[in-house]
Parts: sequence; C-alpha cells; structure tokens
Amino acid sequence: MQTRPDPEQLLKRVQDEEARFQRARLKVFFGAAPGVGKTYAMLQEAHHKKAEGIDVVVGVAETHRRAETMALLEGLEVLPRRSGMYRGVDLEEFDLDGALARRPGLILVDELAHTNTPGSRHPKRWQDVMELLDAGIDVATTVNVQHLESLREIVAQITGVVVNERIPDTVLERSDEMELVDISVEELQGRLQEGKIYVPDQARHAIQRFFRKGNLLALRELALRRTADLVDADMRRYRDAEGIEDTWAAGQRLLVGITPRLSSETLIREARRMSEALGAAWIAVFVDEGNRLSDNERERLESHLRLVERLGGEGVALPGHGTLAEDLLSLARNRNVTQILIGQSNRSAWLERLRGGLLFELSRQAGRIHVHVIPVEQRETEAAPSKPLAPWWPGFPTLGLCGLYVGLATAVGLLASSRIELTDIVMLFTIPILLGGIRHGRAAALAASVLSVLAFDFFFVPPRFTFAVGDVRHLGTFAIMLGMGLVIGNLTERLRQQAIRAQHRELRTLALYRLGESLVQAGDQTSTVASAVRAVEAQFQTQVTFYLAGETGALESVDDLSHPVVDETDRSVAQWAFDHGQVAGQGTGVLPASKALFLPLRGAKGMLGVMALKSGEGPLWQEPDQRHLLESFANQTAMALERAALSAEAQSTRLKAEREELRSTLLSSISHDLRTPLAGITGAVTTLIEDPGVLSDLERTALMGSIQDEAFRMHRLVSNLLDLTRLESGAVALHREWVPAEEVVGSALSHLGRPGEGRDIQVSLERPGLLLHCDSILLEQVVINLVENALKFSPVEQPVEVRVFATGKATTIMVCDRGPGIPEGFESKIFDKLFRLPGRTPGSGSGAGLGLAICQGIVQAHGGKIQVTNRPDGGAQFVVFIPFEGEPPAIPAEEDPGE
Amino acid sequence: MSDAGDLILVIDDEPQLLRFLGAALKSHGYRVLTATNAEEGERLALSHIPAAILLDLGLPDRDGLEVVGALRSWSDIPIIVISARGKEDDKVMALESGANDYLTKPFGTRELIARIRVALRNRIGVPASVTLYESGEIRVDLEGHVVTRRGEIIHLTPNEFKLLVVLLRHPGKVLTHNQLLKEVWGSANLQQTHYLRVYMNQLRHKLEDDPTRPRYLQTELGVGYRLVEG
Repeated sequence: MQTRPDPEQLLKRVQDEEARFQRARLKVFFGAAPGVGKTYAMLQEAHHKKAEGIDVVVGVAETHRRAETMALLEGLEVLPRRSGMYRGVDLEEFDLDGALARRPGLILVDELAHTNTPGSRHPKRWQDVMELLDAGIDVATTVNVQHLESLREIVAQITGVVVNERIPDTVLERSDEMELVDISVEELQGRLQEGKIYVPDQARHAIQRFFRKGNLLALRELALRRTADLVDADMRRYRDAEGIEDTWAAGQRLLVGITPRLSSETLIREARRMSEALGAAWIAVFVDEGNRLSDNERERLESHLRLVERLGGEGVALPGHGTLAEDLLSLARNRNVTQILIGQSNRSAWLERLRGGLLFELSRQAGRIHVHVIPVEQRETEAAPSKPLAPWWPGFPTLGLCGLYVGLATAVGLLASSRIELTDIVMLFTIPILLGGIRHGRAAALAASVLSVLAFDFFFVPPRFTFAVGDVRHLGTFAIMLGMGLVIGNLTERLRQQAIRAQHRELRTLALYRLGESLVQAGDQTSTVASAVRAVEAQFQTQVTFYLAGETGALESVDDLSHPVVDETDRSVAQWAFDHGQVAGQGTGVLPASKALFLPLRGAKGMLGVMALKSGEGPLWQEPDQRHLLESFANQTAMALERAALSAEAQSTRLKAEREELRSTLLSSISHDLRTPLAGITGAVTTLIEDPGVLSDLERTALMGSIQDEAFRMHRLVSNLLDLTRLESGAVALHREWVPAEEVVGSALSHLGRPGEGRDIQVSLERPGLLLHCDSILLEQVVINLVENALKFSPVEQPVEVRVFATGKATTIMVCDRGPGIPEGFESKIFDKLFRLPGRTPGSGSGAGLGLAICQGIVQAHGGKIQVTNRPDGGAQFVVFIPFEGEPPAIPAEEDPGE
Repeated sequence: MSDAGDLILVIDDEPQLLRFLGAALKSHGYRVLTATNAEEGERLALSHIPAAILLDLGLPDRDGLEVVGALRSWSDIPIIVISARGKEDDKVMALESGANDYLTKPFGTRELIARIRVALRNRIGVPASVTLYESGEIRVDLEGHVVTRRGEIIHLTPNEFKLLVVLLRHPGKVLTHNQLLKEVWGSANLQQTHYLRVYMNQLRHKLEDDPTRPRYLQTELGVGYRLVEG
C-alpha cells in the first residue's frame, strides 16, 4: 500500500534533489586494492566525456608509468602540477588554484585519499575535491576501500596494516555516481607478479603481505558490500520518493557515549556503521564529569569529536549534572534517541558492583530506549582511568585546620566527658569530619576522620590517654568513623565539583551575556567591532582582528586597535574562510599551519566578514567548550554587525526620505510664498499701467502702497531664506560681544518697517545697560522675527511687550503678545522649519515657517534656549535665554570734572 | 527741491538699479551720470567732478573698496556705498577707507534722497569754528562743555562728552566703532568695543526720551553709530 511520505522528509528530499541537480557531480571509481585499474577506467571515461563535447581536464593522474595508462593520457589536457619546496625536497602537487582558474567542465583528480604536502591549502586532497565541487566543477576521482574512515578498524584487523591516508565516509556518500572497478583476486595477484602494479622498492615486503589472497578476498568483499550499501542508500532515497514504506521504524536515532580513551574510536566507527544500517542520524556525546583531563586525553577527545564529524555524526561535549547514566538519558530523551551505544566497562567487577555500573543504571532507567554494549579492546597504552580532580593528600595547611577541628571537638569532649556517654562523644567527632569535607574536600574529610579516630582512641577509649584499646568492640566504632569520613568526603567532593562546573557554566553564560549587552549598546559597525574585540580579547587572552566585507564585497581589515594579528600570507586564509563560510587556520582542517584561527561571521543575508584570533602561548580556544564559546561569540558578533548594518541602512534611507520631503516641501512652500507677493505686485502695477484714467488718486495711492508692502514681504522672505541657508551650512561665525540690551532691541524695532508702524510695542528692561553676550546682528534678527510674529498674530489695538531681564548666568528676552496663543502640543513643533500651525494656511498672513526656525538656529548657536508658553491671561510668550560665560567686562572708572 | 542741479554719478552694473536710481534722482531735481564699471566710473568722476557718487560695492571689474580708495586719493567728493545686507564688514571697510555713508539693498527713494542730502550738506564736516550746536531739544556748547536738554543741564562724564563731540562734528554720518574708539579712547583701545557701547548707552539714557527708540543717537548694528539731526 502506498503511504504518504512524511512532508518534512519530502521537503528535505526536494531540497536535496535540487541541490544535487544544481551542484557539481562527483564520480568515484572505487576499488578493493591498488592495481585494479581505477585510473585506467577513469581515463577511459574521460575520453568518452570528451567525445560528448565536455571540457575535460586531467588534474592529477597517477599513471605509475604504466604504458597502457600513459597511452590514455594522449589527447587529454593535463593541468600542470604546482611545484613547491618542502624541507628542501621539490614536491609536485595538484594545483587547486590553477584548476579553479581553468574552470573545466570535468576534472580528473586521482587518489582521493592522498595527503597533500605541508603548506598546501588543505591537508588532504579530498578537501581540494570538495572545494572544486563547491565551485561547481564536476570531479572524477579514485579511491580504494581501505581508505574509508569507517572501515579503518576492519582493514587493520584483516591486513595488519594501519592505513594513515583516510577519507571521511561522507565524501563517498556525496558522490553522485560510484563505479566499482572489480577484477578477480587471481587476476590481481597475476598483475602484481607481472609488475603491472606500482610497488615502491622499500615497501615491497609490506605490499607482498598486503596482497595475500585472504586479504584481497576480504577487501574485495568489503568493497562490494560498501558499494551495495551506497546503492542501498540510493535505493532508499528512491523508495522514499515513491512513498514506499520503510521496512524499519522511521526516526531512528543513535547516541554513543564516548570517553577520551583510545577505545572510543572503535565505538564511534561502530556507531557510524550501525547508524548507516539503520538509516539513522547519530550523536556522539562526551559527558564531562569534572575529571581533569591530561593534555593527551584532551587531544584524543578532540580528535574523537572531529572523527565523529568526519563520519557524519554530531559531536557533543556535555557538562555533567547527575550520574553519567542520568546525563546520557536526559540528552537521549531530549533528542528522541532510540538506541544508546556504550563501550564495555573496564572497571573491575567489584567496583562495578559497589558503585552501580553505568549499564545497570542505564538499562534500569532507559525505558523504551535500546541499550547496546559494544565490546572494545583495552589497549595497554591507556593505563589508569583519568585521575580524579581531588588529590588524596590534603596538604599541610588543610591538615593543620583539620587538626584544629579535631582538637576543638576533643576539648569539648573532655570538658563534657564526665556527663556524657562515649557514644555521644563519637557523634561529636562527626563535626570535624563534616567540616573538613565541606570546607576543604575529600582529602580533608579523610584526614579529619583519621585524626578523629586517633583522638577518640587516645582521649576517650579506656584505657584513656593511651592508644591501647581495652574493648574490641571499639574497633568497630573506629571502622565506622573512617567509613563515615570516606562517604562524607566523596559526597562533598561531588558537590564541590558540581559547584565548580556550575561556576564555569555561569562564567560562560556571563561572558556571552556581557558580549551581548555591549553589542546591543554599540550602535554602529565601528563600535560593534570595538566591543567584540574587547570581549574576545578579554575572554580568550589573545589578539583579535576583524575583516569585514566592504562595499565591493572585498574583505577589508578593521584595524581599529592597529595591532597586526596576521601577516599578508594569512590574509588569504581569511579570504578562504570568508569565501567558504568555514572555520580555517590553526587547529582546523584548512591551512592548519597558519598562525591564527579564522572564524567566518555569517549573517542572515550572507557572509559579513572574518574574525581572526592570533594563537598566543597555549591559546584558550582549543578546548571544545571554549571553541564552542568562541563560535557563539562569532555568531553574536555577526548578528550585531548585521543589525548595525541594517539600522545604518534604515537610518540613511530615512534621512534621505526626510531630506527629499523637506526639499520638496521647501520648494513648494517657497514658490508659493514668493509668488503671492509677486502676484500682488504684478496685479497692482498692471492696473496702474493700464489705467485709462478712471482710478482716483486715493485708489492709485492704495495700489502703490500694496506694491510697497508686498515688496517688503518678499524682501523679508528672501532674507530669511538666506539666513536659514547660512545657519544650516554652518557658514555663520558667531561674533559674540557684550552689548547693551537697549541697542539690540532698539535696532530691531527700528528695522520693523511697515508692520511696526502705528503699533504699540512696550519695552521694559530690568535695569538700564543690561548686557547681552551675543552676536548683536544675529540676535537683532531673533528680536525682529519674534516681534513681527507677535504683531502679526495680535489684534492691532493690543500692545506687544518686549522684556529683558537677567536670570543667573543668562540674559532673558521675552516677547509677549495677545494673540490666540499656541495650541497644546505644538510648543516645540512650532520651531520646526516650514511648520505652520494647523488651520493657518500659507498666505493668510503667516510666513513660510522660517522665522521661528531661524530664531531657534541662532539661539542654539549661542548655546541658549528658546521656548514658547501661553500667557495665563491670553496670548503667547516667547522666551529666549542667552547664557553668558564669565562676567561682563568692567569699564574703567573716570572722574567727573563736570561737578 | 534743494541742491537742484547737483550732478550725481551712479556707478552700478545692474541696469534695473541704474534705471530706478536715475528716475528717482531726476525726479528730485538732480542731474545724473551713470557708469556700469569701475574704470568708467573713475574716468567720469575725474572728468565731471560730480557733487556726490553712489557706488555699488560689487562691480564686475574691480573691488568697490579699491574704487573708494582711488577716489579718495584725489578728492573729497561724498561717496555713498550701496551694499547687500549681511556684509557689515564690507560697510565698515568702505567707511574706514573714506566712504561717507552706505545704503543697504533694498532701499526706498525717501531713504536714498535723505542720505544724499546729508552727504551733500556735510561735505566737509562741521568746521572747527562752530562751537554751539543745537538739534531738537539738545543744545551743546562745545567751548563751555555744557549740554542742555529742554533747557535743563545734563551732566556728562568727560568720555561721554568727548564721544558726543566726535559725533557732532560729523552729523548724519556713520562713524565706525574703530573711528569712535580711536577718537575718544585712543588707538590703544580699539578692541574695547564694549566701552563704546556702554558709554553710548549712557549717553542715550541721558539725552533720549526712550533709549530703545533713539531720536538722535542711532545704532548701525555691526558698523557704528550716527548722530541724526532731530
């Protein structure tokens, strides 16, 4: 029966299909052993493709000078090898950059498992191939079964040869087509004897052993099986696509518990094989129980986790909370794991029984999760399990303190001994044991318990004041006291370790939180980078440089702290990390010889840049959790950078829009305000010119008066426009002087022109000669504009008041009218350029909305403030504060001979 | 019209302004001569010796200030400079290089004629022989150092009196801050403009009815002061 495929799977498959369709194709010629004719088959294929019109280039072909293979190279374009010196030896290597530049349709790259010479971009050739594929170039390549990562153990077991050149299984799975180049074992051995298989002299013996019939048979079977597996995977994809129901439960997921031990490698490979057989995703988890790892162990753990990733699994390092079994199970439940794999324990049986084995606990709590135990070979190299963090010797200061606790308990016991029983005294001695354990750890608890036993024996157990024991039953008491010390010690030790780990986690969280916080505060790119540099340098004790993609997409360094972290050669690594969006440099798979680590900064819309960390003395990022933290830092920084870029973009768009709007408003407003008086003038003038003599003298005078008024209005508008332009362009240099208020106000009143004629303007000064520290010409403009405004909005019969008074370190000018006042909510808007109060249309007596904007500009240039409020008894009052620094200058006194 | 028939030379490169100035001056009885650049203007001034010259500072061929200096090198013909607003420094420089007055664009005919009249009347300033000055309600006896307003004696400090005398000697003419400071306080105090402002203010309080609407002592902001005849 047909079933509906799971939509999510379907979606993923569609995406995969699309990707497979678009991406470059990888064809693998797969063989069981050297000499089966993979290179030959590949070259034949090349000729076919060429005949089909495909642009074929030979990147690398190891012909080993075999005549028939060499002959096939005829007629094919061969890419020149890149030569490089390594340790004085001239080595030729596949030229990756040359291939990328040449961009053929199909490139042949022989020997996928080859290890590149040091100094190449990638340590392994398969990484070169991946890059070619990423660049959209089809690749044909060859590989032998013994080079497969997951088969390493088995191959080693079969042949006794440990293969060092290995490729991740995922590479093979990535292949779009796989061709098994197969010949019979007899034929292969025959070819070896005929010398048709290239064998270096020094390795002849080993090779002979490798080509034993039994080995070859086993390898051939492996190759056949592997091919079948992969074909199976293809089949499965097909079946999913057609909605054919799986024979196994969907959603299988494997979890394998690993340790830094060597044996975990076997475990990982087994998990990989099982997961593939099940078609399941798999997770390898290391639970950090707080045991201190030696350098060796840490390295091995990392290589385990890298292996996991190479084999297509997910590596997780998890800080422990409870028992190992609890931690494994909680992760398993969180991730919907169906099967758990653990290695066979190497603990002795009695210890296992004493402490409750992992297997026992797991199987008891696992519920529906299957638990598998994988037999692993214990090797002599891994001696004792990792050392516990706490030593058994507490050190002299702690020992002294324990002695003090026991001494105090003894003293109390002695004082009370006449009144209490011996058993109570035993209880008394639990106090120093607990104290020692809680305050100083396991060793102290033990030391305290030993001291307690000694003190109890000496002071309290009859015969007192000797170590002799009268009653044998007391020996039992001693044993209990010692045992108690052991138990308390272990308990408190575990608590302490958990506290330490919690503290570590908290520090990490805190570091991330701090970074996040500082990034949030940083608004633009520069301050974001500066914050990130500070945070990373503080956390990882190293130097950091950021490379960011410029406008053109080219990577530019942001040297705000001007310490060159990387040299020019390493810049190309940064570029690589940027182009590929992968971590590169020291300790990674790409250019590990580099002196720095390069983390790509990936944003939602693409790569933003690269963060480069210089490796100092023992860089801190090499521990897995630190590396994790570092990546979190990089992610957060990338997000912040993207946010900054977006907000900058938004801001500039907004500014541009506002400027555009302002410009068009200004234009329409100005053109209206200029045309209105022009219309008045033109109308009056034409009337006068065309008058056939019917106008009375009065009418003619009125017309001419209106021409004069309109001309004045235009003059004022143009002056305001010029002033505003000069103020906004910053072309106005303040020329501040001490000026009497009378002079500024007086000059302003004398320049009011017609609007001021016949109007009552009342000036009141707090005292004569009140000085203003200002640019008198500009401030006069402020007074003119404010008074004109007041005149315009007040009824003709009402006075306009100008008041000047001193207020602390400022001089205040107030202009008050009896007009309609300012509607609530417009008190600050009224100073905006081109702002008109609603309901007051242009032309109805109001100006272009420039006068008050100019006032504000001038007052602010003086460092002052301008405000408007409504008067309680009607009208508006504008208040201008002009602050002054220092004191008004003194005028030299003069004697008055007039008296 | 008084001063009828006086010849006025107008040097300006804008035809509209020339037309307006020519019409306005002729309607007030003056004879008018026009030039559209500095060279022509200087030539006409030399050949016709006008009674007064109206000079625009923005000429196409030469800086107006240079023209003032060149004219002043050989004559005392009153020069009234025409300039745009916001160019106070130019006005000050023109006045200090010898111009008698200035007009800020745009200006009306009334203002123009008034300035020309003042300039023509006080062509050479008040002669030193004049010792009694009277204007409106103010009377100043230069010899006796007595100032009265509506018959009442006004007490002036020596500096106030000196300042008033300098202004009296050039009635109607704008005197720049520097010119006044130099006359009253000496060339060492040219930077102390606030002395001048404070004393001028005191004078106004003593002589004017309303110091914020002065009748006699008028302020030309950023340039200087002038004494207007009441």
